[in-house]
Amino acid sequence: MSAAGNVGIVIVSHSPKVAEGAADMVRQMVGDSVPLAWTGGDPSGGLGTSVELILGAIDRAWSEAGVVILVDLGGAETNSEMAVEMLADERRGRVLVCNAPVVEGSVIAAAEASGGSPLAAVKRAAEELNGG
Amino acid sequence: MDGALQRRLIETVATRIIAAADELTRLDQAIGDGDHGFNMKRGMEAVLADIEKLAGQSLPEALKTAGMALVMKVGGASGPLYGTLFMTLGKELPERPGRADAVRAFGAAIEAVKARGKSERGQKTMLDVLIPVQESLGRGEAGAIRRIAAEAAEATIPMLATRGRASFLGERSVGHMDPGARSSHIMIDAVAELLGGGA
Repeated sequence: MSAAGNVGIVIVSHSPKVAEGAADMVRQMVGDSVPLAWTGGDPSGGLGTSVELILGAIDRAWSEAGVVILVDLGGAETNSEMAVEMLADERRGRVLVCNAPVVEGSVIAAAEASGGSPLAAVKRAAEELNGG
Repeated sequence: MDGALQRRLIETVATRIIAAADELTRLDQAIGDGDHGFNMKRGMEAVLADIEKLAGQSLPEALKTAGMALVMKVGGASGPLYGTLFMTLGKELPERPGRADAVRAFGAAIEAVKARGKSERGQKTMLDVLIPVQESLGRGEAGAIRRIAAEAAEATIPMLATRGRASFLGERSVGHMDPGARSSHIMIDAVAELLGGGA
């Protein structure tokens, strides 16, 4: 299946190095079979997250099948939820923030997505890491 | 609200937060990740950079514009939280609000912040200042707002944090004022001072 038909993955960490490193691991696992984007750091390049940069990452990883977002700490979650709410109506319902560890969750979600699973199944696969 | 007063309100809130950046950072270093002062300073500088536009807008529009600037520029959880507060106020307030409008809009904004942060009163957050202030405004105690905001910020010192980064510290969060409660206190104090404690 082509990348365009699979659920996209967005990785959001306070640290650009963590986000990029997690993305590298995903690429090694699943190659180019899923749309993937990462963002890390606040608007001035320090540790943190940015709604504006998250919106950009969602756009880069956009898939008609939807996008899951993997986050690290609280601010990344809050900023990701804010970004989702700011999306256009036709996209908003197709972007989900996962409650899962950022590195493992990204890899598992991508593996699930690469098999063509629908959005809810991709999210569930990542969240099963929490014992859910 | 006339444009000159609106400009003074925005400038005063922003400059006081910027001036308090070091204090907010110190508070956040004690119980969080130490970025609150710097983040809020960056957000308020973005607001000040827009001051000509903000001064010319209606009050609701200016609140929405300022809220969006905070969402985009603060980084960290406080951007969406304060952004949600201001954007909801902008959505709920009429152009020339009376006290009842202010009480209702402030209540709606608090509910929106609760939903955004998935938090409630008593968890050592900005809500522990915003809620008592809104309640006192609702009781018609406009003249007491500055004192109530100060006392509410102080009251977060012995609280145990159960939301946000401070919750990772558990018991160690006790004994420090919450930085979000302090930044809320600073903003409310500035507004109440300029409006003579009333709304």
